[in-house]
Amino acid sequence: MSMLKEGRPTTPQAVEDAHMAPATATGNRALMLEEKLIFEIGSTDTTGVDFAEAPKVASRLGSLARTDSLGLPGLSEQETVRHYTRLSRQNYAIDLGLFPLGSCTMKHNPRLNEKVARMPGFADIHPLQPQSTVQGALAVIHELAAWLVTLTGMHSVAMSPKAGAHGELCGLLAIRAALEARGDARSVVLVPESAHGTNPATAAFCGYKVEDIPATAEGRVDLEALKARLGPDVAAVMITNPNTCGLFERDMKTISDAVHAAGAFVYCDGANFNAIVGRVRPGDLGVDAMHINLHKTFSTPHGGGGPGSGPVVLSEALTPFAPLPFVEKQGDKFVLVEEETAEDHHAQTFGRMVAFHGQMGMFTRALTYILSHGADGLRQVASDAVLNANYILRSLDDVLDAPFGPSGPCMHEALFSDKGLAEGFTTLDIAKGLIDEGFHPMTMYFPLVVHGAMLVEPTETESKAALDQFIMALRSLAERAKAGDELLKGAPYHAPRRRLDETLAARKPVLTWTEPALAQAAE
Amino acid sequence: MRYLPLTDTDRQDMLSVIGASSIDDLFVDVPAEARLTGTIAGLPDHASELAVERHMGALARKNLSAGEAPFFLGAGAYKHHVPASVDHLIQRGEFLTAYTPYQPEIAQGTLQVLFEFQTQVARLLGVDVANASMYDGSTACWEAIGMARRITKRGKALLSSGLHPHYVSVANTMAKFTGDALVHEAPTLDAATDIDALIASIDKDTSCVVVQYPDILGRIADLTPLADAAHAAGALLVAVVTEPVALGAIKAPGHMGADIVVGEGQSIGVGLQFGGPYLGLFGCKQKYVRQMPGRLCGETVDAAGKRGFVLTLSTREQHIRREKATSNICTNSGLCALAFSIHMTLLGERGLRELATLNHGLAVQAADRLAKVPGVTLLNDSFFNEFTLVLTKDARDVVRTLADRGILAGVSLGRLFPDAPAIGNGLVVAVTETVTPEDIEILAAALEEELA
Amino acid sequence: MSRYFTDEHEWIDVEGEIATVGITDYAQEQLGDIVFVELPAEGTTFEKGDDAAVVESVKAASDVYAPISGEVVEANGALEDEPALVNSDAEEDGWFFKLRIADTSELDGLMTEAAYKKFVASL
Repeated sequence: MSMLKEGRPTTPQAVEDAHMAPATATGNRALMLEEKLIFEIGSTDTTGVDFAEAPKVASRLGSLARTDSLGLPGLSEQETVRHYTRLSRQNYAIDLGLFPLGSCTMKHNPRLNEKVARMPGFADIHPLQPQSTVQGALAVIHELAAWLVTLTGMHSVAMSPKAGAHGELCGLLAIRAALEARGDARSVVLVPESAHGTNPATAAFCGYKVEDIPATAEGRVDLEALKARLGPDVAAVMITNPNTCGLFERDMKTISDAVHAAGAFVYCDGANFNAIVGRVRPGDLGVDAMHINLHKTFSTPHGGGGPGSGPVVLSEALTPFAPLPFVEKQGDKFVLVEEETAEDHHAQTFGRMVAFHGQMGMFTRALTYILSHGADGLRQVASDAVLNANYILRSLDDVLDAPFGPSGPCMHEALFSDKGLAEGFTTLDIAKGLIDEGFHPMTMYFPLVVHGAMLVEPTETESKAALDQFIMALRSLAERAKAGDELLKGAPYHAPRRRLDETLAARKPVLTWTEPALAQAAE
Repeated sequence: MRYLPLTDTDRQDMLSVIGASSIDDLFVDVPAEARLTGTIAGLPDHASELAVERHMGALARKNLSAGEAPFFLGAGAYKHHVPASVDHLIQRGEFLTAYTPYQPEIAQGTLQVLFEFQTQVARLLGVDVANASMYDGSTACWEAIGMARRITKRGKALLSSGLHPHYVSVANTMAKFTGDALVHEAPTLDAATDIDALIASIDKDTSCVVVQYPDILGRIADLTPLADAAHAAGALLVAVVTEPVALGAIKAPGHMGADIVVGEGQSIGVGLQFGGPYLGLFGCKQKYVRQMPGRLCGETVDAAGKRGFVLTLSTREQHIRREKATSNICTNSGLCALAFSIHMTLLGERGLRELATLNHGLAVQAADRLAKVPGVTLLNDSFFNEFTLVLTKDARDVVRTLADRGILAGVSLGRLFPDAPAIGNGLVVAVTETVTPEDIEILAAALEEELA
Repeated sequence: MSRYFTDEHEWIDVEGEIATVGITDYAQEQLGDIVFVELPAEGTTFEKGDDAAVVESVKAASDVYAPISGEVVEANGALEDEPALVNSDAEEDGWFFKLRIADTSELDGLMTEAAYKKFVASL
């Protein structure tokens, strides 16, 4: 017989304890690779890009040539690809698993959207090109605008706001302009306690005094308290519907009628539009302005914190005050109405909010998503989002306190509190435990009206199997926290990092990298 | 409905767990009169991937993309070549489909990128610290004006006539509601910037002077005297950079005394995209960091002593300070910041300098060639990759006519400043590494015909 | 020297016409790790109840109100470098600012240490 002389063991030997895994010399753990900063691995003389030789010319930079070293390190292309690939693997993402972040609508991001946004006809056009050369782009904005207006039952839409909070600003500026146009100076904006922090921040930014509206025990706006507060000084009421407790504001129409009767406007925070798209039109509820987060309801990717896009639908009363620019169809041509042409028929505009026309790259993605779903699919989106959230709520309300469970069905998110956990155990422990179980934690400590809030939003793009696994994990963690399992307080154990010291980061902020020698000299 | 995984059997099983008989039962809190019973009329139903791609592709083809034509537009958005690896990396799902890094243990990828980005931006702009990005240059510019008001407790900002007119419009919109007084005039067709006039206008009520560098006409000037004058009066200097590639060739505003430097980062890594999403850059002196808007990433250690990164100083922000926040900003431009950072890492200092040298060289060639066209005068004494030509007729008409011939000639001052007819013959021309000598000849020949 | 307390969890030491103001041990414990204190500039004058300082932990920012009217004569610069002093020694070295008292009658409405202890126990 001929023998391969270098046979090797192919059956693993039993290991007593996995935790006894020896430390590695590199700090790497197989596929989990530690990655230094570009400032530690790159050099200012390395580049991953080649250029044609520059023409020899006499400089026109005057005396302003930059002669100091910029201190910007470069990497070769392969090093660059590795650096960012390694870093990417330290991130959780929707592409990896369920991302139940309440109020954030982390749904699947279809890749067709990405492909379309990268078509040269969309990705490679300049915002100031002559309008005859961008008719297709203006058509996209116009077509998306028509969908948003129809889906919300509103009168018009301002497309340029860059994100949700920017949309809030747009809505409040339109309201303020409308009030000023009728010579009605009002100073107060009412905001429920449960609102997103952006609401009061936006109102204050627009020069309004912010006052809280209390909530009822069942988690909704206190209608009587609101009515009692309305008066000639109130400019607007900002309401989130469905609200941040995951409930539909049943009295919305009554609220709107009362607000209108008092001469004020209704701003609706549309962050939770995913729960009702295709099933309820905010226009039917008396809303005057509402932003739509295209990066939530219409699936444009969150990208690690942005970019977003926050078009604002407006009622007939606010439409004359909408910002510039916007797209109009005139005959068979699309026209961008800017400062130059606005005077003819849009004299009351409150002005411009951004340099150009808004988040075109998000418009193409959102329209692609909308056309893929159609009217029937979007209605199903809301149905399944609400079904999934209620399934989670009712599958866990025996182990976790659901403060508004008795109020009836939730909308697209399920809210739990930390009531009933063992002494010393918190929402944070459960959240960090979820990390070890392979899930992104839910939104925690928001809304503020619930102690130790855990806000779970599964979205419609999760399968029942994914939900069941999540429910099993959260049930296990809830049981451990109720039983006082001390190990839970150390979680996460399996993430790229253990719990991070946020106190240190805030007390001695280190916001940029400094060469060690310089950092030492500075101390 | 290819993105919806539940089957009808799943739905029935789940409803029975919930104890509801139908999906409609879950919407009982919606008042009956507001409940829609079927799909909304007048809208099409779902469509296949192929059908949607065809529809969108047809719309895309109705646009003349920058790569298809001799292309000379700038004025706040620039066409640069973006290396293939940038777009590949930002499409990794772990970056593309992640959220804001509020759970740092599983977001170190995004956080380390932001820390690197902040450092790159601070070094490029010549300031101590930079934030993790804003919506775009125009909103960053307004935020800087508001920050100067908070620091100086004064409410009058002087805006240079060389500031991008859309940035001025954005600031004017906001100022109407915050009560800031903004002083601004349209530019005139002079080779010199308005720095001397700005210095003369600074007084004890001035919160800041806002100056663009290079300015809207492509002019560049030393900001040091302006910074000195502002500081002497207790005011701040805010510098705005809409073409960050320039800072590979010309002095950084922070090194000339600017207190706050903001900018549009689109040029590096992001692409034109018809105006958005773009990338607001925001940096300042260390002593003002707690007045800075937007998210910040900072270094720390984890429970095991390993270096890690977290979002920090968040008490400035809306989710904690609510109505007392420095800004209402929540979303940033994370993915665009990633693209910027990757592109900057590929370039490195050496690549950035080569890129800037190439841009400047081509721009000088183009300016000299176009100035030879009868009826064309070059306005600028100094410039980086963008300059202003003064034509013998309204530039807006020339731009439109040339577009019909498939040439994207630049941005007319008539489009940017519709209220300033005196400068309507000005044409702002940008020349980046994507412009070829042939493109320059085509533009020169077309201008010659058009102005004959 | 006598010490007073407010129901906003501030303490006030009065020595002649100067009042030293800080937050109580109870307050620092509620706030958690203090990471930053924003102090008023010397010469600032406050009416009773005005926002006078801000104290920040990682996840919260709280306003500190002027417990009585007066003019700031000194702020505790040590807190800029070492905000943790508020945690370790809230009622002595962790003081915030000193006021020249405008109206001593305003002291009448404040609590004694015993009253404050009782107040905290009732929370």
